[in-house]
Amino acid sequence: MSNDVLFEIKDLEVSYGSIAALKGISLEVRKGEIVTILGANGAGKTTTMRTISQLLKAKSGSIKFKGQELTQLPAHKIVKLGVSQSPEGRKVFGILTVEENLMLGAFVKTRMNKETLKWVYQLFPRLEERRKQLAGTLSGGEQQMLAIGRSLMSDPEMLLLDEPSLGLAPILVKAIFEQIKMIANKGLTVLLVEQNAKAALKLADRGYVLDVGKIALSGTSTELLASEKIQEAYLGKKS
Amino acid sequence: MDIFLQQLANGLTIGSIFALVALGYTMVYGVMKLINFAHGDMVAASAFVGLTIYTQVMGQATSLFAVIAIFFLAAAVMACVGIMLERLAYRPLREAPRLSAVVSALGASLMIQNGIMLIWGPQMRIFPELIPQVYWDINGVVISLIQVIILALSVTLMIALYLFVEKTRMGAAIRASAIDQDAARLMGINVNKVIALIFIIGSSLGAVGGLFIGLYYRGITFNMGWQYGLYAFIAAILGGIGNIPGAMLGGMMLGLFQAFIAGYVSSTWADAFTFILLILILIVRPTGLLGERVAEKV
Ligand SMILES: Nc1ncnc2c1ncn2[C@@H]1O[C@H](COP(=O)(O)OP(=O)(O)OP(=O)(O)O)[C@@H](O)[C@H]1O
Ligand SMILES: [Mg+2]
Repeated sequence: MSNDVLFEIKDLEVSYGSIAALKGISLEVRKGEIVTILGANGAGKTTTMRTISQLLKAKSGSIKFKGQELTQLPAHKIVKLGVSQSPEGRKVFGILTVEENLMLGAFVKTRMNKETLKWVYQLFPRLEERRKQLAGTLSGGEQQMLAIGRSLMSDPEMLLLDEPSLGLAPILVKAIFEQIKMIANKGLTVLLVEQNAKAALKLADRGYVLDVGKIALSGTSTELLASEKIQEAYLGKKS
Repeated sequence: MDIFLQQLANGLTIGSIFALVALGYTMVYGVMKLINFAHGDMVAASAFVGLTIYTQVMGQATSLFAVIAIFFLAAAVMACVGIMLERLAYRPLREAPRLSAVVSALGASLMIQNGIMLIWGPQMRIFPELIPQVYWDINGVVISLIQVIILALSVTLMIALYLFVEKTRMGAAIRASAIDQDAARLMGINVNKVIALIFIIGSSLGAVGGLFIGLYYRGITFNMGWQYGLYAFIAAILGGIGNIPGAMLGGMMLGLFQAFIAGYVSSTWADAFTFILLILILIVRPTGLLGERVAEKV
């Protein structure tokens, strides 16, 4: 793992009207890392992810990817730079087929990368079996696979995953985390938002804990796993 | 039998026009969840624009080239008006409550209607005879060249639109934007561009519809957009608003239905029966004939 910072958020503030959702957070992700953002419901994790993809506009602060400022760009330009997101709640295109969803994932490419499609189908064989099926008729787990697969189709350098384990059975959660590991092994940098702190920290190199719009804690996964605060708040252990 | 065939021909003609106009309503609704009430008036404006192009630009020529040029120029003018309409009346209200956009749409409708009246006057104008009055009498069923052209051109345009939306990259972008704009943005789709494109396509098809109205009915009035717009809007709802093949089907169906009512009952009853049809279909299928292919899982 090298030390070059690929992605950096500085003093980011985001509000919904008069409600401040992010009150000045800073974090960085180095090339090849898996970094996780943990936090309770309403902590601001999804807000962070949506602001990175410019679906929400920052009130102040900066978001830099490979030195380029993202906050001034329109949302559709972010993918092209190499930052792709699998959003919270999957947001697959329900009345389009699995294949059409994947093709839309490659929208910014002048030609779809056949190798990437092959890899996505390798990663999630279920998607290949169901490629002609409407995405809305897939099971929740399959939709999650599709959302992740779709976000890979643009050959991103950095992948944003917002709660990929949401609503999945424990066995599927394990499978999804293994697949994220495989994606990272391919050289992608991953920023992972999770409620499932233990599993996320086992997978990630480092983590940040968000608490009502502020970074409450950060460190390597080992440090965080050992931290009493984390144990209390997320791992269900009383100290 | 003669009446049946005659009304079939007439119904397909007006159905083609309804379908072309209905596509504008349905495509805008599909992506923006907005009823563009000004669309009918844009259709009316197109007929007047066509009239002016004929007299001022084409020097009243009716050669094949001149006729084609009139269609292209009128469509281009209306496409520009469509883009301006979106920029001025709808884009500033994208994030506003839906009711504001509806009010803006009604305002735009009135403005265009009054604009037509200011420019071309309140009296009925006669659309030029761009296409020769050729008729065929097939065993008592009279079909005109204009009818054949309207049907053939409409079907061609609709097939082209269908293929564009289903088979091309931009078409996929349109469908994705219609389903979920934020998800579309995450794919790198420029939704503003998609919306502009929708207005260009919808306004151009509506423009062709407006020229057809001029060619077929000859008399054009500044406020005729209200009536044709309403029929086309009903056609879009019949087919399932937001659904492109639905608008085509709904338009054809409504045209045939009105023609048969006119043929077998009376044309004065066409409106009443149109609304009865609308109510009946909405009772049986609240989302229209082709609306909502599947329920989306959350
Ligand atoms: N559209 C919105 N309008 C107003 N407030 C919002 C909106 N979206 C989020 N919020 C508020 O912003 C805060 C952060 O929300 P966010 O969705 O980022 O939380 P989260 O950490 O992703 O939570 P969860 O784990 O439940 O997904 C919450 O207090 C939420 O109520
Ligand atoms: Mg969230």
